[in-house]
This record gives sequence, structure tokens and C-alpha cells, in this order.
Amino acid sequence: MKHLLGIEPLDRDEIGQILDAADAMLEISQREIKRVPTLRGRTVINLFLEPSTRTRVSFEIAAKRLSADAINVSSSGSSLSKAETLNDMAQNLAAMNADVLVVRDRTAGVPAMLAERVRIPVVNAGDGAHEHPTQALLDAFTVRQSLGSIEGRVVAIVGDIAHSRVARSAIHIFTKLGAEVRIAGPPTMMPVGIEELGVKPCSSIEEALDGAHVICMLRIQRERLEGALFPSVREYSRTYGLDLRLLRLARPEAIVLHPGPINRGVEIGSDVADAEPSRILDQVTNGVAVRMAVLYLLTGEQA
Amino acid sequence: MKSDQTAASGSDESAPDTSRPDPDATGRVVLDGAGIQRAVARISHEILERNGDPETIAIVGIESGGVPISEMIGGRVREISGAPVLLGSLDVTLYRDDVIGRGKRPVPHRTRMPFSVRGLRVVLVDDVVFTGRTIRAAMDAVIDFGRPEGIQVAALVDRGHRELPIQVDFVGKNIPTSRAESVVFRPSAGGDYEVVLQ
Repeated sequence: MKHLLGIEPLDRDEIGQILDAADAMLEISQREIKRVPTLRGRTVINLFLEPSTRTRVSFEIAAKRLSADAINVSSSGSSLSKAETLNDMAQNLAAMNADVLVVRDRTAGVPAMLAERVRIPVVNAGDGAHEHPTQALLDAFTVRQSLGSIEGRVVAIVGDIAHSRVARSAIHIFTKLGAEVRIAGPPTMMPVGIEELGVKPCSSIEEALDGAHVICMLRIQRERLEGALFPSVREYSRTYGLDLRLLRLARPEAIVLHPGPINRGVEIGSDVADAEPSRILDQVTNGVAVRMAVLYLLTGEQA
Repeated sequence: MKSDQTAASGSDESAPDTSRPDPDATGRVVLDGAGIQRAVARISHEILERNGDPETIAIVGIESGGVPISEMIGGRVREISGAPVLLGSLDVTLYRDDVIGRGKRPVPHRTRMPFSVRGLRVVLVDDVVFTGRTIRAAMDAVIDFGRPEGIQVAALVDRGHRELPIQVDFVGKNIPTSRAESVVFRPSAGGDYEVVLQ
């Protein structure tokens, strides 16, 4: 593994290795002294060209717990044509002898493009509607932690499937690890041909949740979508919002995941978000461990 | 390079399990199951003799070969003294000098240190002590869990060739080796453990 551009190019063993390393990393975050020396003297650059708080902070903490230096770069103030600027910016950052480049961009394919142009490992921290691989890894890690295994489990992904990089990466990771993946959402948010990824499209949230072990709720991007793809937030909430009544359709041991930040009362009710089956805060904790594992594994394989 | 050679040979310095020789490969058994039991018993007595109060001792195995041995020693110490003894395990991959360099990363195991080492005498347990680099890394790791009263080292086999000023306080067997050989602690065909010189 030279870069982490998505879950799609990974095989089962590579995913398993990251999850196993993350298990060791999780223990480091529970210590009083939360730092190991393994990336001492290395530099991790977080190039976040789309606003993000938790993913950026998570990568920054991950780098620091491994003793790397973390430098954050955001897009504010940049006015040149994007492709040019990005390419030049990335090459300049790499020329300062950075060791890893973490990239978040609103356009799909930007991390892959930069990976071809810089000589250092690139981590995709979310690119447009393409992939968000570390989110999927932390989802899988959380499922393994809570339920012990992923193979044969039923995973329901609910919400805006078509515009979600979280959904796409989750579909790849759970199908690769042998789970049955179901998806549900408003017809305008269900991409055409999604069955080809090996998932089962459901016509209602009830159908998707029936007997599920894992429920992944997606964030509705109100700011982006209001009015266009569904009539109103209230109607979306009534039809696709997860509440305790719907949760009863899933297995008694079922867990609820959400990539955050949550829209309380829209895709998920407070009765569920704060209830026992919710693993939303565990996901945040596990996200640091998974990102530590990715940074550690990627920095080993340079020529 | 010298450091590359030592990383590739000798079971104590090989962090990834994949570098362990094939268990079917030929080799001379230098310690069999009974020999290991005798060594464990003697080491356990020596640990108690040196440290006195068992409640101030923590037995900490180094992943992966040191962990089963630390469990045997912990069991023996408990048997002899009749008092409970603290047991932990350390994965030192993230503290190693030869992993901090470049090359394929070994996947670390989870460290289990369910206690602070403040005021304790920590006995680090490994299967084979060779260059001393693993023990060096383990001392750094222990100190991240507090300030111990002292750190001691127990090993089933000391094969010499130290590259750092590290001593073994409790040794099962001294085995003279050449650098090209490797000493492997492994499960034996009979469901026990054995140490083999290859």
C-alpha cells in the first residue's frame, strides 16, 4: 500500500492489516502519556481544501500521537485556478520534505491526481462524492469492536446514497469483508446501477432495517440539497429519519453509526443518537486509532 | 549493513512474525519442554529472592515470544509466594530503532499494561536476548507507563552479541552462537514449547 486513495483498490488482507494495527493504536490513546516515538522527525501535512473540523483534528491528533509533526493547510485566500494551484501547492509542500500528504477536497479524484505528482504517500481524507476511506475503516473497526466480526452481518446504509462518499466507501469495505449490504433512501438519492457494487437497494427504510446488525445513517447535507431532491426536511425526517420505533426492526444487539456531524431530528432522533445502540462517539475515538494505523503503515514503504 | 543483518536474523530482534523460520525447518533442540519448565522455575525463584515482596513486582512479557514465558513465570511466582502478581505485555514495535527507519511496517500487537508501574520492580521477559535492541525499546515503553522502582530482564536464552549495554538479570540458558545462526522459541509438535538453534 503506497497511498490510501480509497477502499475500492484495497484487498481484504490490506484492510485487515489496517484494522489490526488500529487495535494496537487504540490502546495508546488510553494511556496517560498518549505518544509513541515511531514517526519521530516525520512531517504530516493536512491539506484541507474543504471545511472540516473533526476529520482534520483527528488526523492531526493521530500524527502527534505517533510523534510526527502535523502542519495544517486550508484553502482560504486562494484565488488561482484550482487545478494549477493545487498541483503547485502540493509539489511545493512535498519539496519541503514532508513525509505524508493528507488531502480533503470537494472534487472527486484530486487525491489520486496529486498522488501521481508528488513522491510521498497521499491519504484521501474525503474527495467529493467519491470516497472517504478512513471513515469506512473506522466504521468497520467499530463494528468489529462491538459485534466481534463483520462477515455475514447485515449492514443497512440509509440516506443520500448518491451524493455520499461515506456511503460509497462503506459499501466497498463491508462488501469486501463479507457483510450483506442494504441501502435505502429517497428515490432521487439512490444512484442508478448501484446493485453492481453488490448491494441490495431497498424501497423503504423498514425493509433495509429488518433484521440488520448495523445501521449506518448518513448526514443529510441540508445546505447543499434543500428543495432540490426532497420536498422538505420535515418530510425527509418522517420517512427516513431513524427513531426508536424503527430501531426495533433491527436485531436486539444492533448498533447505530453516523459519520457526524449529526442533524438531530433530521436523519437521526435524539432518542437514538444518545441511546445505548449508538456508537457515534466510539467512532470518533476509533477514528484517531485508524488514522494512526494508516499513517504508520504508509510511512514504511518508501523506496 | 550490520543493523539490517541483525534485523533479519535472530528471533529476538525480528519484530514481524513473518521473518521467523519455518517451524518444519531442521534445527537442533537446545531446550525442550521440560528444560523450559526447569528454567522457568529457577528464574521464578531468583526473581522472588532478589525482590522480596511479590506485590511490588510486575512481570511484563515482550510480544510475541516473551508473552507465553511471562505467563509461565507469573504462574510460578504466584505458586511459590502464594500472592497475586501483576502481569502485563508490551509490544515494542512502535519504540524500535530499526522500525523507525524505512521498510515494510510490521503490524503491532496490542499492549496490555492494566496498571501504573510507579514504584514497581518491572521484570521484562523475552524469549531470546541478542543485540539488546528489543530490551532497549521495551525500557522506553515501560517508562511511558510511569516511573518504576527498577527494571530487570529475564530471558529463556541469552545468545550474546550485544550491541548495547544491556544485561540479563535472570537467564534460563546461555547459548554461544554465531551471528549467522538463529535461535527460535516456538510451539513444539507435542503441544509444548521448545527452543531450537538453526
